[in-house]
Amino acid sequence: MSNYRIQGATGEWEVVIGLEVHAQVTSQSKLFSGAATAFGAEPNSQVSLVDAAMPGMLPVPNAECIRQAVRTGMAIEAQINAWSRFDRKNYFYADLPQGYQISQLYHPIVGEGSLLIEADEKAGIPEDKVIGIERIHVEQDAGKLMHDQHPTMSYVDLNRSGVALMEIVSKPDMRSPAEAGAYLRKLRAILRYVGSCDGNMEEGSMRADVNVSVRKAGEPFGTRTETKNVNSVRFVMQAIEHEAMRQVDVLESGGTIVQETRLFDPGTGTTRTMRSKEDAHDYRYFPDPDLLPLVLEEDFLAECRASLPELPDAKRKRYVEVLGLTPYNARELTAEVETFARFETLLAETATVTGKDEAKVATQVANWSLSVAPGVMKALSDDADPANATAAAQASILAMADKGEISGGQAKEIFEIVLKTGRDPNEIADTEGLKQVSDTDAIEAAVDAIIAANADKVEQYRGGKEALFGFFVGQTMKAMQGKANPAVVNQLLKDKLG
Amino acid sequence: MTELTSLGVKDLRDGVRDGSFTAREVATAFNAAVADAAALNAFIVTTPDHALAAADTVDAARAAGEPLGKMAGVPIGMKDLFATHGVQTTAASHILEGFTPRYESTVSQKLWDAGAGMLGKLNLDQFAMGSSNETSYFGNVTSPWKKAGSNAAMSPGGSSGGSSAAVAARIASAATGTDTGGSIRQPAAFTGICGIKPTYGRCSRWGIVAFASSLDQAGPMARSVEDCAIMLGAMAGFDPKDSTSLDMPVPDWEAALSSDLRGKKVGIPREYRMEGTDQAILDCWEQGKAWLKDAGAEIVDVSLPHTKYALPAYYIVAPAEASSNLARYDGVRYGLRDLPEGVGLQDMYAATRAAGFGDEVKRRILIGTYVLSAGFYDAYYTQAQKVRALVARDFALAFEQCDVILAPTTPTASFPLGSMNEDPLTMYLNDVFAVPASLAGLPAMSVPATINADGLPLGLQLVGRPFDEQGVLNAGLAIQQRAGFMAKPEKWW
Repeated sequence: MSNYRIQGATGEWEVVIGLEVHAQVTSQSKLFSGAATAFGAEPNSQVSLVDAAMPGMLPVPNAECIRQAVRTGMAIEAQINAWSRFDRKNYFYADLPQGYQISQLYHPIVGEGSLLIEADEKAGIPEDKVIGIERIHVEQDAGKLMHDQHPTMSYVDLNRSGVALMEIVSKPDMRSPAEAGAYLRKLRAILRYVGSCDGNMEEGSMRADVNVSVRKAGEPFGTRTETKNVNSVRFVMQAIEHEAMRQVDVLESGGTIVQETRLFDPGTGTTRTMRSKEDAHDYRYFPDPDLLPLVLEEDFLAECRASLPELPDAKRKRYVEVLGLTPYNARELTAEVETFARFETLLAETATVTGKDEAKVATQVANWSLSVAPGVMKALSDDADPANATAAAQASILAMADKGEISGGQAKEIFEIVLKTGRDPNEIADTEGLKQVSDTDAIEAAVDAIIAANADKVEQYRGGKEALFGFFVGQTMKAMQGKANPAVVNQLLKDKLG
Repeated sequence: MTELTSLGVKDLRDGVRDGSFTAREVATAFNAAVADAAALNAFIVTTPDHALAAADTVDAARAAGEPLGKMAGVPIGMKDLFATHGVQTTAASHILEGFTPRYESTVSQKLWDAGAGMLGKLNLDQFAMGSSNETSYFGNVTSPWKKAGSNAAMSPGGSSGGSSAAVAARIASAATGTDTGGSIRQPAAFTGICGIKPTYGRCSRWGIVAFASSLDQAGPMARSVEDCAIMLGAMAGFDPKDSTSLDMPVPDWEAALSSDLRGKKVGIPREYRMEGTDQAILDCWEQGKAWLKDAGAEIVDVSLPHTKYALPAYYIVAPAEASSNLARYDGVRYGLRDLPEGVGLQDMYAATRAAGFGDEVKRRILIGTYVLSAGFYDAYYTQAQKVRALVARDFALAFEQCDVILAPTTPTASFPLGSMNEDPLTMYLNDVFAVPASLAGLPAMSVPATINADGLPLGLQLVGRPFDEQGVLNAGLAIQQRAGFMAKPEKWW
């Protein structure tokens, strides 16, 4: 249970949140035409006759877009509808050449599913929570109006017109901005794991319509408002916070909430009315007669399922149960595609170089990946060339450390040099003298000398003052110029001090 | 030598192939006939150069000993609903006046690939909405036929009225048509020619200006069943650019033509015996039965119980789709733009569409918008779709008892232009026999049967099972052979 409440004059209010996320499907071409989809192209350079709605043009579904939507549905363990259909949503606007958007109202391709958000005390999520997903349907994106090109006219860029979107509709299951934020991040991670959307909110590949209402505990849902096209996790959280407060203010001052569409202003973090229910369009949805129902064959579904990668929840579980990582490390490593990809590559390489099982070196590699390596890179900042941080180089360093050839401090020093120069870590360790001495004879000689020179302290130690052990270790390391293998030093001292 | 313009598709193709005349001679003769027939207003634009260029290509191919296409050397008219590369394509609407596509419809491209040439773009009812060819922005088409003892300008039918008039007047050997609710069959019946609407999906809709997508289907209009079989063969075929296109092989309909109907059963739907049908039409229907029986067929009574609901359902489904299909004509990207000084986007839409669409088009957009509106959708659109399914089931059940259905094409013969404009419903009723096959997506054909007392042609309609164009053509051929329809309009233009 979220403990997020708005303290109003009349008591505590609970916030109810549902999100409709529009995610651009990763595909080379548009949902119903062969035109390209790359971001940032010259205006109207990626427009086919279909996208411009020339007379007599017809849509043909792009199998790849359908496949991505199905895979996404499978990733949230949703009902996949082997029979679905496209509908037309009719309205006039200059960015909508056909005069209708092809979407799926009555029979979406993906039905109910769910997504887990993990407990995060710091963020105010006391325990794991399952958020229901109502449906996913695919639809066409619209073009873009440009109002700054001419003093009296607006221009239209149809590059986005017809690009495939997935609309992922949650149930009203979230109760705090933090839960909404966690849901969005988790959804984004799943989309990126699956490869069905790049999740790039800045480029508009993912944006959310935010439905918010408030109620007193135990009461039915209040009237909701929908804030359109919010394009970052932070803004979604801000929009919820502001909108919930606003609704509480309205209700407590005796007003009623109007069901309406609102706009978020990132500058002020506030929302304002866009259009009320009375002005709402009558979209006159009806089945698109240019398209046959979409029937998914068993083979196609099997291929979609087989092509799914290991997903965040499963991966996290495996990291803890099989690799023996801490839950914290497991969560950090699985949060982003890039992070786990780097980790798994380095883990495999390290296991190979050391000849050990992955589970045996996983904790070492996880600590290296999450704290040691990022720390070194951050400290070096501009002096580091990230391209030098190859998995092979890092695995070599980790292997030397694993064998006790280098200390933790030496590992960092070697990595610094690798980042700056791209030199081979083993060569660096040798030429720069960055290796621990594990040669028992040399260390033994040093230990003997120190015992001989400190007979009084040896006496005290043997008399029970065990704290002096650290003194002997320090003296030995000093004598060895810090390069002695601490394990060997410890063992020798224990043997000799008795 | 026979006058070349009196020849149909088969004779022209064979004549060019065996060297009786050149394709250029044919094209030249038809170009002259077209130029001489401006009074019919059958063409919106003429393209004599296109016809000549296609002819020269055919003549050169023949001279080089290369194989010739199915339509080699045959000049045809192209209904102005088909997008033609570099040639104005208007759907007979002001809103598309001056629009010149940079693409070619699949069907027209297939015809050019088969060696046909284009005489011009044929007039039609605006956006194919109409049954008399009186809704064109470019003026009415006048039928070449006259009522006996009258000089009144007669309707060539619609919406493919330019096509029917041109073929009947022998200024084109054949023409393309499109049929949404009778737009090939009714004008064919009115002008004494043949026309077949194949199974929905046989001909690609890509590049045809859409009226009602789930009903629109292209087909040939020509003066004989054989000519229709040849031309349909050149038009049909799977097109990956049309999701509703049929992915199945195109049979060689011409080769398999046979008027021997022994072993076939012809169904007579009792519900087509409607009030308001001319006695001459009913008599003609009786005659048709006799002809098919003579060809060896067994005549059986069948029932299509939902027939009377087909027309109302059609006038919900077709306008609903049209209201959405025609939303793209908004003045933003092509065609007419009416932008009064100082107004905004919504005003531009309103002004453009008010000026660009004709009354009948506006009427259907309004009906379609209404039936799809919140609160009315289930009562109208959903209900109409149910009726449509029942109409299709009627046919499926009937085809358990027969192989092909014989019915009148229209309840009346052609009427004078301007005589049916008082009430749009009267006009809509003219498609009462044509619409059921459209709703069911079935192949259906009109063949000329006889002349009524006024000297006007009457047609008979044949409806077949899905994909059985052959059965329809064969029955049509049997009628053609027995009807011996030789009447042709007296040249007055």
